[in-house]
Amino acid sequence: MAFSTVTSAVIQGLHVEMLQVEADVSSGLPMFHMVGYLSSEVKEASERVRTAIRNSDFILPPKKIVINLSPATVKKHGPSFDLPIALAVLSSIGSIPADALKHTVAVGELSLNGQIQETAGVLPIVSEAQKAGCKTCILPRQNIREGSLIDGIQIIGAGSLKEICEHLTGERKIKPYSGSVREIEKDLSGAVQLDYSDVQGQEALKRASEVAVAGGHNLLLIGPPGSGKSMIAGRIPTILPPPSMEESMEITKIYSVLGLVDKRYPLITGRPFRSVHHTATKAALIGGGIVPCPGEISLAHGGVLFLDELAEFPKQVLEVLRQPLEEHQIRITRSRGNYVFPAGFMLVAAMNPCPCGNYPDVTKCTCTEGQVQQYLGRISQPFLDRIDICIEAPRVEYEVIRRNEKLETSAEIRRRVCIAREIQSRRYQGLEMSTNAMLGAKEIEKYCRLEKEEEHLMRRAFTNLGLTARTYHKVLKVARTIADLEGRERIGTEHLKEALGYRTLDKKYWGR
Amino acid sequence: MIYEYWLASIKALADKKKRMLREECGGGREIYYIEEKKLFYPECFREKDREIIRQAKRETGLEDRYRELEKRKIRFVPYFDAAYPARLSQLSDPPYALYVKGELPKENKISASIVGARRCTRYGEAEALEYGEALARAGIQVISGMARGIDGAGHRGALNGAGKTFAVLGCGADICYPREHIGLYMDIQGAGGILSELCPGEPPLPYQFPRRNRIISGLSDVILVIEAREKSGSLITADLALEQGKDVYALPGPVTSPLSTGCHRLIQQGADILISPQDFLEELNLQNIKNIDKNKIVLETQEKLVYSCLDLFPKSADELIQSTGMSPRELLQILTALEIDGCIKEISKNYYIKAR
Repeated sequence: MAFSTVTSAVIQGLHVEMLQVEADVSSGLPMFHMVGYLSSEVKEASERVRTAIRNSDFILPPKKIVINLSPATVKKHGPSFDLPIALAVLSSIGSIPADALKHTVAVGELSLNGQIQETAGVLPIVSEAQKAGCKTCILPRQNIREGSLIDGIQIIGAGSLKEICEHLTGERKIKPYSGSVREIEKDLSGAVQLDYSDVQGQEALKRASEVAVAGGHNLLLIGPPGSGKSMIAGRIPTILPPPSMEESMEITKIYSVLGLVDKRYPLITGRPFRSVHHTATKAALIGGGIVPCPGEISLAHGGVLFLDELAEFPKQVLEVLRQPLEEHQIRITRSRGNYVFPAGFMLVAAMNPCPCGNYPDVTKCTCTEGQVQQYLGRISQPFLDRIDICIEAPRVEYEVIRRNEKLETSAEIRRRVCIAREIQSRRYQGLEMSTNAMLGAKEIEKYCRLEKEEEHLMRRAFTNLGLTARTYHKVLKVARTIADLEGRERIGTEHLKEALGYRTLDKKYWGR
Repeated sequence: MIYEYWLASIKALADKKKRMLREECGGGREIYYIEEKKLFYPECFREKDREIIRQAKRETGLEDRYRELEKRKIRFVPYFDAAYPARLSQLSDPPYALYVKGELPKENKISASIVGARRCTRYGEAEALEYGEALARAGIQVISGMARGIDGAGHRGALNGAGKTFAVLGCGADICYPREHIGLYMDIQGAGGILSELCPGEPPLPYQFPRRNRIISGLSDVILVIEAREKSGSLITADLALEQGKDVYALPGPVTSPLSTGCHRLIQQGADILISPQDFLEELNLQNIKNIDKNKIVLETQEKLVYSCLDLFPKSADELIQSTGMSPRELLQILTALEIDGCIKEISKNYYIKAR
């Protein structure tokens, strides 16, 4: 047998492209030649593969060996082709029976001694292979748990090239991995979890975050440093409704592509929380690279993206968030194609009221009026428009920290949130949106209808509090959520009043 | 008058020397046209000063500048003019000339200045507003510097009280500084005047402000210091006023507020204390004409409780939760209701003060 082929896959963005690794051994000057639109890390595979084969007690004949990765139109990158190349070569020189590799997909990186190294993106590759009709999947041993999340495909984990060859020749069979997803979930229950009951005080902040989560509203926390903004933000995922199996899979796939999944407990069963430092670049945030890989906003998909010190972020970096905040996905366009990454995150931002953090206490604040204005001015109005709820995070007093009250746990809050979300998804069934935060002006008219008394309140609020059309709509959306939390269909004055308290002060009203 | 304006506008020459020169020669016209040899210089004149005058004579465009003054409706009032405020003539170094947009303070009416910190608390601002209004209603002319904070509030109060108010600027009278007070700047011209000793077009430079303070105190019969830090421009004004023999009043505040320490220091040194506008006006033997159109709003018990917790120093929603024992939802609802009624004001996110 002079020619053989092995199935493998390459990841483009989040999309998996199945491809064939072909090897041909023929007479001629001894050489090892690789073709098929390869990036440099794939080209380097030739050295690794030849050495690994030799160190696995095989003899590579002095013949002309040509490797082709097809289709040749797709750029190949990453080190996960080492194993399929080695298998194709061994098959074509007859060390492995030809039909042993039928309906089999293989990925893995080789080290020089023939060990198989773990690789990134296993979950989406296995998922795609299963869809493409493959029966077996050969993976590095470290990745088998991740691969086993997909049902309907046999997972063979191997530690070295020698092991897998012995398995394919039938000398020493490897037992397919048979751990189920359920088992993996059970393992996770022992882990330490954050909880709302850890936070003493900050009652208003807790309530506001509950409302924000219930309606999927973005949240802005304003307060001095050390007031527990990040503490609350970090616990918001614990009150978000638990992700469904599909959501978990979707989240895990994104993490898998970047090689961020836990090897022992690969399935991500909690909502992600991504805290981004203000030195982050645009590409780090939305994703980028020659072949774009997902950024922080995609890693926060289904969870919380936390931007601390919002005012310190460069303006251009914040502006790129505007589109994903609206569309819940990010479209990255490169000359080689479009990449769409999911970005359905809840934005939680935190900032100081002024550079020194003490405003509006002028007896302590050392900033000038101009500095305060300039500081707040760093956040553009269009960005603020995408934030429905704004709340103050005050400095916590010593007595409050020391207070040892029994506080509401995340589970209790989550129960209320889930009920409110349930109401919303029932109401918006068959529509594009699923939460109140996604309502447009037309839908607000329909779903946030006000009675006479409420209408009167809003009219007075509009003139007396200097609302704009934009804040008016945001208040209605938030009021809708508060009513949903109480299980009321009708929005009452008390809901509106509370929602008015959460409004973002419009630019011109910021400061004095 | 154009030659008087020429003399007044020589920046490099001190007011005192200008005055001496004018007295020796008889008028600005004489100084401008007299030959160098015949020009008799007072003793204190050095070669440098002569050179300044020679230089000034060489400058062109004097007429245009003077026309410009008229076009912008800026009155030029030199110290020998009949309209020049008598209160200023009594100063040890009165300004050589005043540039006025609007009118000058009336001689026969009491004038009081309201001064204080630029960066003030809500308490100071509210008090300045109240005193400004009460004073204006009682027919007192309110004088201040149109700066941010207390000064601006004092002017605004006087305008609310439909009285006369005068702003003495540290830049040319045609320049509105700070810029955000453009509304105030326009309003004051209709209900009093904008004054400056600096030529129109002069930019606001830091060293000019302490000097203009002597005009503020000079023009007024009493000085009200609303809020001042330990070392501040307002205290300079108060000191100048004391030197000029004026009465100084200071408004007390919490001892913990650094913005009131200057006032407390003044009181310690013998300044009168401001207890209420009523009290102040009685001391001046004036009637307090109260504004009685404040319509009463009936509050519910819970609202009263929250309202009573608030004052002019900003309180956060969290503090209120702790002092009232309400739930965040309840409190936020009440705060919004109070805000819609105009009883309280949200000055920064979730920070509230009493509004009336």
